[in-house]
Amino acid sequence: MNNAVAADNGGGSLTPEIHKIPEKHYINAKKGLKSWLTTLDHKRIAILYLISVTVAFFLGGLFALMIRLELFRPGEQFFGADTYNQFFTLHGAIMIFLFIIPSAPAVFGNFVLPLQIGAKDVAFPRLNLASWYLYIAGASFALYSMFSNAVDTGWTFYTPYSTTTSTAVISLTFGVFILGFSSIFTGINFVVTVHRLRAPGLTWFKLPLMTWALYATAIIQVLATPVLAITLLLLILERAFGIGIFDPAMGGDPVLFQHFFWFYSHPAVYIMILPGMGIISDLIACFSRRNIFGYKFIAFSSLAIAFLGFLVWGHHMYTSGQSELSSVIFSFLTFMVAIPSAVKVFNWTTTMYKGSISFETPMLYAMGFIFLFAIGGLTGIMLGALSVDIHLHDTYFVVAHFHYVMIGGSVLLLSVGYISGGPKCLAECIIISGPW
Amino acid sequence: MDFGLIDTVGTLMMPPAASTYAADVDALFYFIIYISIFFFVMIVGAMLYFAVRYRRKAGSDEIPDGPTHNTFLETIWIVVPVIIVMIIFFWGFRGYMTMSVVPANAMEIKVTGQQWFWTFAYPGGQITTNEMVVEVGKPIKLLMSSTDVIHALFIPAFRLKRDVLPNRYSITWFEATQIGDYHLFCAEYCGTSHAKMIGTVKVRTSTEFAEWLESLDAAGEGMSPAQYGEKLFTSRACITCHRSDDIKGSGPNLAGIFGHEVNLADGTKITADENYIRESILDPMSKVVAGYQPVMPTFQGILKEKEVDALVAYVKSLGGQDE
Repeated sequence: MNNAVAADNGGGSLTPEIHKIPEKHYINAKKGLKSWLTTLDHKRIAILYLISVTVAFFLGGLFALMIRLELFRPGEQFFGADTYNQFFTLHGAIMIFLFIIPSAPAVFGNFVLPLQIGAKDVAFPRLNLASWYLYIAGASFALYSMFSNAVDTGWTFYTPYSTTTSTAVISLTFGVFILGFSSIFTGINFVVTVHRLRAPGLTWFKLPLMTWALYATAIIQVLATPVLAITLLLLILERAFGIGIFDPAMGGDPVLFQHFFWFYSHPAVYIMILPGMGIISDLIACFSRRNIFGYKFIAFSSLAIAFLGFLVWGHHMYTSGQSELSSVIFSFLTFMVAIPSAVKVFNWTTTMYKGSISFETPMLYAMGFIFLFAIGGLTGIMLGALSVDIHLHDTYFVVAHFHYVMIGGSVLLLSVGYISGGPKCLAECIIISGPW
Repeated sequence: MDFGLIDTVGTLMMPPAASTYAADVDALFYFIIYISIFFFVMIVGAMLYFAVRYRRKAGSDEIPDGPTHNTFLETIWIVVPVIIVMIIFFWGFRGYMTMSVVPANAMEIKVTGQQWFWTFAYPGGQITTNEMVVEVGKPIKLLMSSTDVIHALFIPAFRLKRDVLPNRYSITWFEATQIGDYHLFCAEYCGTSHAKMIGTVKVRTSTEFAEWLESLDAAGEGMSPAQYGEKLFTSRACITCHRSDDIKGSGPNLAGIFGHEVNLADGTKITADENYIRESILDPMSKVVAGYQPVMPTFQGILKEKEVDALVAYVKSLGGQDE
């Protein structure tokens, strides 16, 4: 029976049998706003997150449009310098902290992780709901800062500028501090869920690659986010009470801030991209009607990225005044972290070999991802090379590299998630789109 | 801003190469570009070929039976990229070491970054703003620090970039190989007028350089104080923040203020006389105008007495008292 096979490996063709929607499902099982706001169901929480991050995405996108509008011609066009500085700061902060970081694990992870491992729900449903409320609380602080006196520090909050600027740094960083806990909660939940709630017989090497990717992401969330939280708290203490930690005027060290900040924010890049890599691993296999090529290599490369991702933060600081020896070591490790990403790309491409490839929308997205992510990855090689990076550092080359990875990588795959929900939950997600 | 005077065209993707180590940076950059094009074409080509060759035929129920793993292939595509990136790593490392080790015979220029201009202090005590003049073929050591937030000195034509920090010196060097004028930027976002924190590096022959140093000592001769002040207003970068036209700068507009009352941030008022203008140049934080950020750095030690006089005369000449 072809249909049974197709359903087994997650579809691959939208056969009519999968379209059949049960009478009662998680959308209509309970009704009313209260049933949503107090829900402990992982799919409903995923939907709550989906709505929130989509609002954030449009807000961040609005600021991106404002930036492009101002850059339409050289010189000042529509906004003054300060407003422009606030726009690019808000674009970055909203897209990173309110959109990409939560959308990958909290939307798609929440929805598909329990389904993929045969669990009824995540390990701690209440913690899961609490994480969404923390997200809303953090987002509220960030939005408050936007309307009071929007931050103009850039999304990196580099000191001592962030210590001395008159804008609302405290409320935004406090918002990000709270958002960090939301992310940690999700991470803890996923680690425990993958360890404890796998269906009997579902051993580690039978897990879908999406699960491996989410597991690696969750480990980064748990280990890296506290460092950002502490750093931002220290920044708040410095601004509010004049305790000198980063500002040299008070005896602090601004390079220390950069070390702390990137110790989180580099691994955070992998929080953003790893779930996408999981989605595409499943998509390519599904729409080629093949088993993924090099399963173990892809699974282990996710873990290798998560591990090595912790050791390369210094490549954001080649020009910043860290010692030459540090720069050399970080450059070496940066090239090492390029290898697992390359391995993934080679395996994805080879999965199409001798497949039976159908070109439904998700597959087109997956191929678009390989195209764009290859550019994003290869430009990363240029930035990793020490002498070349000295020239390219702090320029639009870096902005372009980052956006190729984030738009071409994460956002493209998250969009295909919006469309198909990832093939493993195809049937479920058609239920979402059914009533519309 | 007139960028037309400066030659910004180098090779396809790089600005002109005008320092000793620029050629090596470019060679590595293009080496990586060619490697990248090779891998990009290979990956995307394979993907498109497979997509066409193995497309699903209409109504096909085939469950294909392709390979699921191949350890040899995996080893190849781990080992080959590792070898390539190691070549790139060592090449970049070598170039970086060249940039990091300052030659012993280098002339030292003290660079100071502040919101939002650069000052360059020469061994002979001459100080310039937003303009660095150097001798061609002579190594220059830059000893750099900031008086406020983090800046970064970026001279694209020299492939030189280094953060300028408020609590320590950062050191870099270059040796210019081509006579000409080159852009100098701040590459680390530093606030409102970051985009205007730009300058020029002028590479000259040794005779021209010596003449230029002498001309600095004789500057202002044969001009009225107000004329000299107008010149300084631009060359000392006052104009980055203080505009006298319609554009809103990050500092107060100085047109017509002389002799008038100014509202201060602490609620008091003061008359903008000669002493207030002098104080605002040398100790700008003491009486900040209401509605503006206290961000102006002091020009104590940067401006000579003669230059302060000239600037005060220029502000007076912008009108105010008689109106």
